[in-house]
Order: sequence, then C-alpha cells, then structure tokens
Amino acid sequence: MLEQKKAIEIDAKYLPRLKKESNVLKIDAEGLYYRDLNCLLRQAICTGVERIEIHNVCGQRYLGTDLDTNIQIDVYGTPGNDLAAFMNGPKLVIHGNAQDACGNTMNEGQIIINGHAGDITGHSMRGGKIFVRDFVGYRVGIHMKQYQRKIPQIIIGQTAGDFLAEYMAGGIILILGLNLKEGEKCKARFVGTGMHGGVIYERGNILETENGTKIMEVGKRDTQMIESLVKEYCSHFGADPKEILGAKFKKILPVSKRPYEKLYSH
Amino acid sequence: MNNQDRNIISPFGDDKDFSGCSIFGMMNTEGKRFSSKDPVRAITNMHERGNGLGGGFAVYGIYPDFKDYHAFHIMYLSKDAKEKTDRILASRFDIIYDEEMQTRPANVRDPPLVWRYFVQPKKRRPEGQTVEDYVIEAIMRINTETGKAFVFSSGKNMGVFKGVGYPEDVAEFFCLEDYEGYLWTCHGRFPTNTPGWWGGAHPFNILDWTVVHNGELSSYGINRRYLEMFGYKCTMQTDTEVLAYTVDLLMRRQHFPIELVAQILAAPLWSEIDKMEPKQAQLLSALRQTYGSLLMNGPFSIIVAHHGEMIGLTDRIKLRPLVAGSNGDFLYLSSEESAMRLVSPNLDKFWCPRGGEPVVGRLKTSSPKTAEVLAGGESQ
Repeated sequence: MLEQKKAIEIDAKYLPRLKKESNVLKIDAEGLYYRDLNCLLRQAICTGVERIEIHNVCGQRYLGTDLDTNIQIDVYGTPGNDLAAFMNGPKLVIHGNAQDACGNTMNEGQIIINGHAGDITGHSMRGGKIFVRDFVGYRVGIHMKQYQRKIPQIIIGQTAGDFLAEYMAGGIILILGLNLKEGEKCKARFVGTGMHGGVIYERGNILETENGTKIMEVGKRDTQMIESLVKEYCSHFGADPKEILGAKFKKILPVSKRPYEKLYSH
Repeated sequence: MNNQDRNIISPFGDDKDFSGCSIFGMMNTEGKRFSSKDPVRAITNMHERGNGLGGGFAVYGIYPDFKDYHAFHIMYLSKDAKEKTDRILASRFDIIYDEEMQTRPANVRDPPLVWRYFVQPKKRRPEGQTVEDYVIEAIMRINTETGKAFVFSSGKNMGVFKGVGYPEDVAEFFCLEDYEGYLWTCHGRFPTNTPGWWGGAHPFNILDWTVVHNGELSSYGINRRYLEMFGYKCTMQTDTEVLAYTVDLLMRRQHFPIELVAQILAAPLWSEIDKMEPKQAQLLSALRQTYGSLLMNGPFSIIVAHHGEMIGLTDRIKLRPLVAGSNGDFLYLSSEESAMRLVSPNLDKFWCPRGGEPVVGRLKTSSPKTAEVLAGGESQ
C-alpha cells in the first residue's frame, strides 16, 4: 500500500518547479539533474495530467525514458543525448534540436523534432516514429529492426550524414531532401553499409548507395506509405504535401539478408 | 572505493559510470579576453560525460604582463623533484619570477604541489638550435629525468590548468575565476584504458600548442615511436599526448597549414583517394605515404589550439561527436549542442562538421605578426 501511494505522489522537493494550468503540468527544468527530471516525469504521469510541458531543458539525458502511456510531452530547449531511450508510448514534441542517439531502442510512441537531430538518431529503434524537420547527423537508423506489425519509421525533412541506415535490419527511413536544389545530391557517403532489411525511401535520386543495396521504383503500397508519412510530416511542420509529393520517389533495398555470409563462412 | 568517492561519481550512490569525454572550446575572434564563467558553465553542463578522473582548461592571453616569457606550470609529485627541476631550470633559463600557483581546497584527488615559473631561455644556446627546440629539450629532460616532475604548460601568455576531478572542481581548485583569456578550451575526462592521474588529464601542451581529446588513439604506439625520432618523449601515460607533439611537429616545425594537417591526422580512405582527380589523389597519396605513422587511427574528436587559432577535428568517419556554432565574435566547439546553447542561446550559426573536415577559428586581425605579438614575440 505504502509503495503504491509513493508512486502517485510527486516528491515535495520538486514542487517549487511545478505549475499546473487546467490539466497541463509545467515543469521548470533549469539546472535539474537528469535523473531527478526523469523521476519527476514518472511521478507526474501517475497523477493523471493530460499534457506535460518541460521548459528550460538543457542537456538532460534520457528524457521520456521507459514511459509507457500515450501522454504528450512538450520539451522546450535542447534535450540531451538518448532522448526517449526505451520509450514506450508518449508523444514527445521537441521545440528545439535533439542531440545524439535520440530514440535509442525506442519501442512505441513519437518524437517530433522542430529542428535538427544529431548522430545515431533512431539507434536500434524497434517501433514508433521520429519526425525531424531539418537535417540529421551520421549513422541515422543504425541497426533499426522490425518484427511483424512493429515497424519503426524515421522521416527526415532535409539531409542525412554518412552511414545512413548502417546495418539496418528493418523499418522505414524516408528522406525528403527539402533543402536541396534541383539535381543536387545529399553528401552522405556509405549509405546502407551492411544493410540487410528494411527500406529507405528517397525523394528524387539524392543518395549514393553502397554495394549490397539496390535502387528500385516504388510500388503502389510504397506510394501509400510515403503519402501518409509525408502528410503526417506536413501536419507537424506546416509544409505543403502536394508540393513534396510532386517529386519522384525511389526505394533502396538490401540485396541480401546476409551481406556478410561469405565473409564469415569457413 | 569509499563513500565520498562514490558520491563524486554519482549523487545517486551507484557506481555505474558510462559515456565518454567532453570537450568544449570558446574563442573571441577579436581577441577580447573573457572570464572563466562561461567555459566552466558549459563544460559543467556535460558533467555526465566524464567520471571525475580528469578535468582541465587551456587559456590563451592569460599573462599579458609576462607575455615575453615562457610560463611553465610544473606539478611536483615529490619534494626532491622540485630541487632537481630547479637545477635544470636554472642551468637553461633565466627565471624571471616564480611562485606556488594559487589553489584552494576543492573536490580533487591528491593534489600535487603546483608551481609557476616565468622563464627566459639563456642567451648562450647550442648553435643551430631554435629557441623552441631548446625549450622543448629542457621540458623533455625535466619530464624524464626527475621522475616526479611534469611540465604541464610551457607556452607564452597562455596556461594549462588540469587535475584529477570533474572540470568544475579543477576550476575551483585553481581559482580560475581570477583569470581571463580570449580563447578557452576545456575537457572533462572519462579515462578508458589509461590511469586517471594529474599528468594524464587534458589539455596536453607543448609550447603554446594544446589538445583536448575525446576518443582513443589505437595508433598510439606507432605515433609515439615516430615522434621519438624528433626528440619528443611520451611521459604522460596516455594516448592524447602524441597529438600535442604531432601538431607541434607538423605545424610549428614543418609549417603545414591546418588543412593539410587534417588530411594527415584523419587521412581519407584509399577507396576515396582512388575516386579523386589525379592531382589531388597524388597529393593525398604522398601525404599518406610520408606521414603514415602520424595517421591517428581510432575514434576521436579534438580541439587543438595555439595563439590566434582554435581548430576542431573529428576522425574521418566521425565516431565521436563535435558541433560548432558562432555568435558575433564568438566561436564555439563542443561535444554537445546543449553546452553551447547554455552560454549562447541565440547562435547566429550552428553546424555539424563532417568527419575529417577541420573547423578553424582565427583571430580576425590574424596575421603571423599578431599571433607573434600575442605570443610575446621571439625571445632573445
């Protein structure tokens, strides 16, 4: 009994940082240690608020980690590394940029980033969606995987760094290249190195891919998927879906499910 | 591990530690000096990246009243070492002024005695040896012969402060709020496979060159052997030291521009060279062949600094983070964006440098002359 009561009450030491307006809980995170902030989030969710706003975030790690409800959390500032690691449900709206490893091994939920994201975004992601309005860093989608109906998705508005989809085992990466001029390519090298599952959709022919991948025309199902993801992207960031969908999309698939079969054979 | 040590690692009382080093650099490109406040705040914001086994700062433009003399910061692990060192110093330099460095009790482990000297090389020097080589030779002698004394800062009008603790504790220990400089580089350490001791904290320095480093150099052995041929002796028991000597060798002694130095340290892959235009391919092949032993293999991001210049660089496939930003006359380099946003919320420009591509910040008025004036000019 005592345990249960403890779980739904917010620790008194955090109270000076909280403000509740109707059913929205506002947290001032300035100078708050990341473990305290994540403790506070777990406690706050148990109190039954509808939405949480975290203000003055600056580098706190693992925000939203292991939370498993569908609550919306608005983050203002620059959240730290491993944002939403192991997250299982919430919708995180970042009003700012995300750092490295956001969505690390995330299982369910959404991250909407009104800005750019760092290296290894979506690292080992297993489900849910990440929308990045601008660019992303190196090794995005590294070792993403899918299982039955759990298909993780990363949507990138502009460009990506090297090693996009490295060792990718499942899921969907959609890259729009909205900042590129006609005929200009994304500078990413080594795209799809070791890729053995999943799919990359590119808008136009903007990626140079590695051996071991093949570029193909999109089919009807692919087009449906692209359309729905682009519409969602536009609803988050206020772009025009018609304009984006007007371009020709291609898909990149791995040639083999076991790219290193020969390397390690005896 | 006692309870106090445990608290250093985590206020939550568990001793699991993870992550990597943090680096941060901040430069005023007009050469205006500023206090330790922002650099210390920024590096403290990345506290989680280190584990309290090393922190340090390099500050440029710090001793304007003594800018013509080499400022030596020396740590003594024994009393004997100081006597021996003082003899070496007296035989090679005129000691203009010396004092125990100002420190205060702080959360740092087993602080050694730290001493500051302003010195001028003797006028009678071996023929054909430059002043700089003369100074380096003396430093190498102190570092290797006394066994317990280490020169951890030796440039003019600049200083390195480092030790075992979190960077904010090291700043507290050395009373950094009393100093001002136009360029600060900072480091929080997470030693992986070398000991966390006072000499092993970053920045690493030789003359006015400093390096802070996140990552590890698996090529340390080969780099070290190559550098030994040029009189550099590695005594700090950790990989980063070779970087400081490498930039001194390539940039000061061999006059390479940073753009080419980047191509030596983080050389393009042969597969990429094969795709280049013949002339460029020839240049880069020549560099790789000549300086193969200075290729820094393994993941790294570094900030190299000397008077008038701050340079950020990562390994060619960017296995360690580095972001850059600028606001007015300030240039920032950092492991994490948040540290930069903390001290400068509204950056004019933010970018993620590509692997192997250097970010170079120079003083606006930068000419070799200005750099020389800042560095105190040629000694007699």
